[in-house]
Amino acid sequence: MSAVILGWSDLGALFAHFLLLSLLAIGGAIATAPDMHRYLVVEQKWLSDTQFSSSVALAQAAPGPNLLFVAVLGWNLAGALGVLVSMLGILIPSTTLALGASRWARERRTTRGVRAFVAGMAPLTLGLLVATGWLLAEPFVGDGQQRLGALALIAMTLFVMLKTKRSPLWLIGLGALAGALSV
Amino acid sequence: MPHESASRAPRSLAELFFVFNRLALQGFGGVLPIAQRELVERERWLTNSEFVELLSAGQVLPGPNVVNLSLMFGDRHFGWRGAFAAMAGMLLAPLAIVIALAALYAQLAELPRVAGAMRGMGAVAAGLVLASAAKLLPTLRAHPLGPGAAASIALAAFVAVAVLRVPLVWMIAVLGGLSMALVWWRLARKQGAE
Repeated sequence: MSAVILGWSDLGALFAHFLLLSLLAIGGAIATAPDMHRYLVVEQKWLSDTQFSSSVALAQAAPGPNLLFVAVLGWNLAGALGVLVSMLGILIPSTTLALGASRWARERRTTRGVRAFVAGMAPLTLGLLVATGWLLAEPFVGDGQQRLGALALIAMTLFVMLKTKRSPLWLIGLGALAGALSV
Repeated sequence: MPHESASRAPRSLAELFFVFNRLALQGFGGVLPIAQRELVERERWLTNSEFVELLSAGQVLPGPNVVNLSLMFGDRHFGWRGAFAAMAGMLLAPLAIVIALAALYAQLAELPRVAGAMRGMGAVAAGLVLASAAKLLPTLRAHPLGPGAAASIALAAFVAVAVLRVPLVWMIAVLGGLSMALVWWRLARKQGAE
């Protein structure tokens, strides 16, 4: 399952880190992907670059909210227990806050404070989205043997998504086919 | 803001669960467009403007937008039990599917063709995220700070996270705080001028 065996203290640290990330996930769970990469791959070395990227790809290929890449990361870290720890960590703070604050924010959506918060966060959300795409592409584009194929797939994806109405499912399938045939 | 309200409402917790389950299972590469179609056009539980309002509130708050949306919608109709039913509908079945795929993948990962397929999917996944960023970046044109300043902040966020690998919490505290303060000040000046 996983090359690294996480102990209870590791699981505790993972849980605490995801609790914190949950509250920082403004603009969606995918915005926390760069920091999860930094924590899990660079700092703790629990997952490899490829494991991280393929976890995200797997969640993108499956139906459901993108948030589920967190469950796949948890699975690759520590099986079913990892899924439980990572999903509870990423969901408990944000859902509690969403329930408590939604009425409050709805009533005050025209006030300057709420507008400053929303508009102030917007550029960061977009910068983070680009950073996420960048970090996901890096292991493929950074590898000399895969560079051309990866760049071609990314360019094709951008073209199809921006210029046509085709479902991303076709692209995921095409990427899988191209990758399988390239071996 | 007066607007016409939705013509229908969920009748039970079970109906809430199954509608959110149905829309989540259709959501390959993003649930949001499906949510609009199912909740507004098919079920008529929300008008378009109500959907936008709910989504805006969901975006102000941390957490996945569509999960926040399901929570707030369920809460509005059946309190915390509704919130839980809608969120469970959104997450449970897709969670089981994605874990089954991950378990299968762990056993197949040794096969070079499977590993190759996952690399190809990984490159496409990177492209999908970049494509949604490309679609959303033009919204900065209408930003209260002006397009130039807003794009500079977005660029700074990108460099901090992708190049300098600054922890997210510091980036949001420093750059986010600065950005919000600038917007606050700009809105205050605008209100003063009017």
